Amino acid sequence: MKGIGEVHDFSPKSILSFVLQSLRLPWMWLGIALMSLGFFSLLTILSFQEVSLVVPVSALSYAAGAFGAKAFLGESVSRNRWIGIAVVCLGVTIVWWSRR
Amino acid sequence: MTHTRRLRLKTIPLIVISIILGPLGNVFLGKAMKSAGSLTSGRILDLVPIASRILTSSYIWLGVACLLGFFIVHMLLLTWADYSYVQPATSLSYVSITMLSYFILGEVISPLRWLGVSVICLGVFVVGRTSPSTTGQPKRA
Repeated sequence: MKGIGEVHDFSPKSILSFVLQSLRLPWMWLGIALMSLGFFSLLTILSFQEVSLVVPVSALSYAAGAFGAKAFLGESVSRNRWIGIAVVCLGVTIVWWSRR
Repeated sequence: MTHTRRLRLKTIPLIVISIILGPLGNVFLGKAMKSAGSLTSGRILDLVPIASRILTSSYIWLGVACLLGFFIVHMLLLTWADYSYVQPATSLSYVSITMLSYFILGEVISPLRWLGVSVICLGVFVVGRTSPSTTGQPKRA
């Protein structure tokens, strides 16, 4: 998305051109494929696990996002953000312990 | 009416809607998947009857519609609201999903699970409060 650049106007024409531009980037297809895989994995787990277990545990995506952003996008993650992510992981662990 | 007050008038209802719509979508997905049957078998042939039950279940379409609605409301919010404002608000969606799964799905939420969800909510809030590193101009608040 950073490769395409900031979107300044939201007319249907420019949104369409933005979408078409993004589809020409191979990373976009990888992102779409992985998110689709994620969605189907979510559906699969929901078929035999409780929603109140699955969705809170999916908060681990915050940690994955931070590591991914650091590794792939070269973003620097502030110490406070790492602390917040650690708290999220602690919460996920507690929810995981609560499963039957 | 001040600018901030006008903004709050359109922002806060949308945030409330997004906190309910997203979790509601997930709850409907869960309801659809439970009625379709457990996807634990590894054999491809077993997937066919389950897949047809999923696609014909009205809950799955309700769930997808809610998630699409959430996505639209969320994107709409982000056209004028700071991400650092919207993001902590979505931390409440973890509490929301737990409540919805109790009331709609009848799931038993142990005190330990409530504790875990609260901790996650707190963590997401903290992450949201750290400012996203922006190099450009600040958004019009």
